[in-house]
Amino acid sequence: MKYLCLIYLDAENWNACSDIVCADYAQQITQSQRLLAAEPLHATHTATTVRVRQGEVDVFDGPFAETKDMLAGFYLIDAKDLNEAIQIAAGIPPARYGCVEVRPVRQLQLDQPDVVRSADAMPGA
Amino acid sequence: MDDLLHDLYRNESRRVFSTLVRLLGSFDVAEEALHDAFIAAAEQWPTQGVPANPTAWLVSTGRFKGIDRIRRDRRLLAWEDAGIPVETLAGNELDVEQWLEQAGEIEDDRLRLIFTCCHPSLTQSAQIALTLREVCGMTTEAIADAFLLATPTLAQRIVRAKAKIKAAGIPYEVPGEALRPARLSSVLRVVYLVFNEGQASHNASLINESIRLARLLRQLMPEPEVIGLLALLILHDARREARRSASGEVMLLEEQDRTVWNHTLIAEGSALAQEALSQHGFGAYSLQAAIAALHGEADSLVTTDWNQIIGIYDVLLHFEPSPVIALNRAVAIAMRDGPEASMDLIEPLLKQLPGYHPAFAAAADLCRRCGRIDEACQHYRKAISLIRHEPERRYLHQRLSELVIEK
Repeated sequence: MKYLCLIYLDAENWNACSDIVCADYAQQITQSQRLLAAEPLHATHTATTVRVRQGEVDVFDGPFAETKDMLAGFYLIDAKDLNEAIQIAAGIPPARYGCVEVRPVRQLQLDQPDVVRSADAMPGA
Repeated sequence: MDDLLHDLYRNESRRVFSTLVRLLGSFDVAEEALHDAFIAAAEQWPTQGVPANPTAWLVSTGRFKGIDRIRRDRRLLAWEDAGIPVETLAGNELDVEQWLEQAGEIEDDRLRLIFTCCHPSLTQSAQIALTLREVCGMTTEAIADAFLLATPTLAQRIVRAKAKIKAAGIPYEVPGEALRPARLSSVLRVVYLVFNEGQASHNASLINESIRLARLLRQLMPEPEVIGLLALLILHDARREARRSASGEVMLLEEQDRTVWNHTLIAEGSALAQEALSQHGFGAYSLQAAIAALHGEADSLVTTDWNQIIGIYDVLLHFEPSPVIALNRAVAIAMRDGPEASMDLIEPLLKQLPGYHPAFAAAADLCRRCGRIDEACQHYRKAISLIRHEPERRYLHQRLSELVIEK
């Protein structure tokens, strides 16, 4: 299964992990053939948010939501199951300073457009 | 025949279910397959005779019924992208009878089910609901009742948890060496919380199910803390009858009639506590069991070995520095050295436990015994405002009104 590991860090810990440390870990999981993609991101003040309403493109400065913990990068991994994904996520260096959200990747249901899978019911709906 | 099926359903259905989950890869398909298998048994056994191994027959029949359902029900095809195509399931014609004889397989399935239901990526309330529903086989209505929730709320909690298990790929496995200690503690926590809730709400089915679970875990995974938890639950349960008066009022330890304690259970619990503590790797549950054993073995508060109890609390605080344990230790010190001795210990704990009614009830009791009536009343009122269960509330109200009359 594919999982997207989203790395969140607050301002204080934004630079806590050096690029060398991060590259080392990415190299390790590449060798075990678990890594599909991984990239670090520029800080949130460089973000631009785009949305389209009534055909108009609205463009905003900044991230979609202002929060204390900011999206700092991602790993797209291929793991046997959630336990393996958690183990890989726990090894991502920034996990020691911020946190890593592990989300299973969904496949688009192109052949059965009417089927809503129970897991996709929105929380609180 | 009805009796046989009834007994099989009561004793074996969750065991069969746990294997069907593995063979069919889905909780919902396994639940339906389980019922199909029992219906088939009720239809076929009276004319064709009872099979040599009824459990194996139920697993085998359930598996075929489940595969039929998957093939029939187009909507379930979406499930194939979980990585288990129906063809794989149907293709491997394993000899279930032979496979069942392999020792341990089916017991492993029960552990797989327990660890999956208590996976830490599920909320604790979901872990508890799923464990009671899937492992213990309690009905959704009974679980909702026990936790004072509306049935649809509880049902939705279970549906969401199962959906997460499927979508997030929570594996159906007993975690490996590296993960096992942390995962086991989340399993033990669920069992402990179910027992606690059963005691607080005086719900016998929660108490019984939690002890059954602890016994099952001890049989499947006899690690020190598993044994310690079982010992703790048994020792507390041994005092079940003495906890309520004939009219249903709460009886504190000092007021309990020790002759109605179940001394067979106390002996069993004490032996288990000793077994746990004699092994490397015991922890907080085993130590709490040791304290409960010392209470169980004493014939009055006066003859209780408070020195040893306080000593164990000191070790326990080292394992698990929590204000609740510090509170219990302070109460034990008051028992040994008098209420004045622990007033200074209790005050700061109340600040750390602002929503924990036993802390205020204990503080009220100590103040009452020191003659600090105004403070006692204040603490009783605070405790009453925090309490959820009616008998405890009545008990504290009564204590409070006694003090008000005294004044």
